[in-house]
Amino acid sequence: MGATVTTANKTENTWGGGNEPMGASYGKLMMWFFIVSDALTFSGFLAAYGFSRFKFIDNWPIADEVFTHFPFLHGVEAPMYYVALMTFILIFSSVTMVLAVDAGHQMKQRKVAFYMLLTIIGGLIFVGSQAWEWKNFITGEHGAVETKGGSILQFVNKEGERVKLADFAATLHEDRTQHKSSNGVWFDEESALPTYSVAEVQAGFKAHPDLLIRTEKIYRDTEEDRANTGLEKGLNVNKKREILNRAESERMLANATLVVEGANLTRNEYGSKLFADFFFFITGFHGFHVFSGVIINIIIFFNVLLGTYEKRRSYEMVEKVGLYWHFVDLVWVFVFTFFYLV
Amino acid sequence: MSQDNHTHESHTKKIWIVFGILSIVTIVEVYLGIIRPDFLVMNDFVSMNLLNWVFIILTLYKAYKITWAFMHMDGEKASLRWAVVATVIFLVLYLLFILLVEGNYIYEIFKNSTIKWNF
Repeated sequence: MGATVTTANKTENTWGGGNEPMGASYGKLMMWFFIVSDALTFSGFLAAYGFSRFKFIDNWPIADEVFTHFPFLHGVEAPMYYVALMTFILIFSSVTMVLAVDAGHQMKQRKVAFYMLLTIIGGLIFVGSQAWEWKNFITGEHGAVETKGGSILQFVNKEGERVKLADFAATLHEDRTQHKSSNGVWFDEESALPTYSVAEVQAGFKAHPDLLIRTEKIYRDTEEDRANTGLEKGLNVNKKREILNRAESERMLANATLVVEGANLTRNEYGSKLFADFFFFITGFHGFHVFSGVIINIIIFFNVLLGTYEKRRSYEMVEKVGLYWHFVDLVWVFVFTFFYLV
Repeated sequence: MSQDNHTHESHTKKIWIVFGILSIVTIVEVYLGIIRPDFLVMNDFVSMNLLNWVFIILTLYKAYKITWAFMHMDGEKASLRWAVVATVIFLVLYLLFILLVEGNYIYEIFKNSTIKWNF
């Protein structure tokens, strides 16, 4: 496989066989071609994401406002810092991988093992971090309501700062409990109920006259937007989401049908339904690649320790696995840009 | 393999230099992503704001550096280089072209005509 020696056949045709026409061994060439196909798959997903975002560009959540958590800093708004740290960790693990490949070229077994171990650890930290981001994303932070038409309404105070449902929702004595197949009507069942009901949110909103509603729509400062009397004067900023005045807010809240906390594949408290769907799918697919990369790296790491490649007189396997790992890093660089930055 | 028939000198210095470059570019991207300076966000070039252009160009530069230096593409034969790079770039550009044009069409339908849902 990796060690099959093919002599460069200079006397015959380049493509006549028994040769390396493109200068790389069979295994390395196939790894490159696999990377091309996987890169195109991810490009398809990212292009679909771009298309959907373009279609709903007026309603798409702003990444800075969604990804604000940092480990051990509870309650601190730290937009983008943690995902930046994750990018660094992955780039660093790529560096240790290249150093492992480099050591492999010099046939230094212990050095290869050491750098591969660092790469594996970096990969595991990345997957763990991604899982933590998912957890925060799924749990949600402020909570929102969804209207009959399917749009998400969030709450702000009169300075335009976000307010949590927990901060103002009233507690009404209600009998609504979760339907399980053991107690539901006609053996109906549903997922767990949200912490507050729509009535509680509406009652709380009424009791706090300072609160306003923030819609999904992004304010563009056009003639039309400036003439819109439903918007709260002084609070609407270009390229930020629209904040309605009190009267308009009450009118919109009357249309609420669901309380949405956190995110799943069908709806999320941050805005467009597709946002969470794409986030889970693309980062999940990428995370799966990182995870499989870590597993493969572990296998090759053990092979290095066992001296398999010393016997073969070549560390090319480390190089091939390194290509896959760099590909994973490359995809992350693009996902990071299109999900978090742009 | 034909490449390993000669002794390899260590390339560690070059690797750390590229790591430094990638780190600096990432820091710049994150910094701009947090600060979002107004003169970049509010000005457009070909329908996209300048900040997004900066991000995309920096990302492409990082991708080039990772592919060339880390994946050792700079040491490969030109035929392999082109087989990989030309294929991906051509197909991605084609895909993006189709999706942006069609996405714009659908956006215009929603904005300017009577269809408001489920198009």
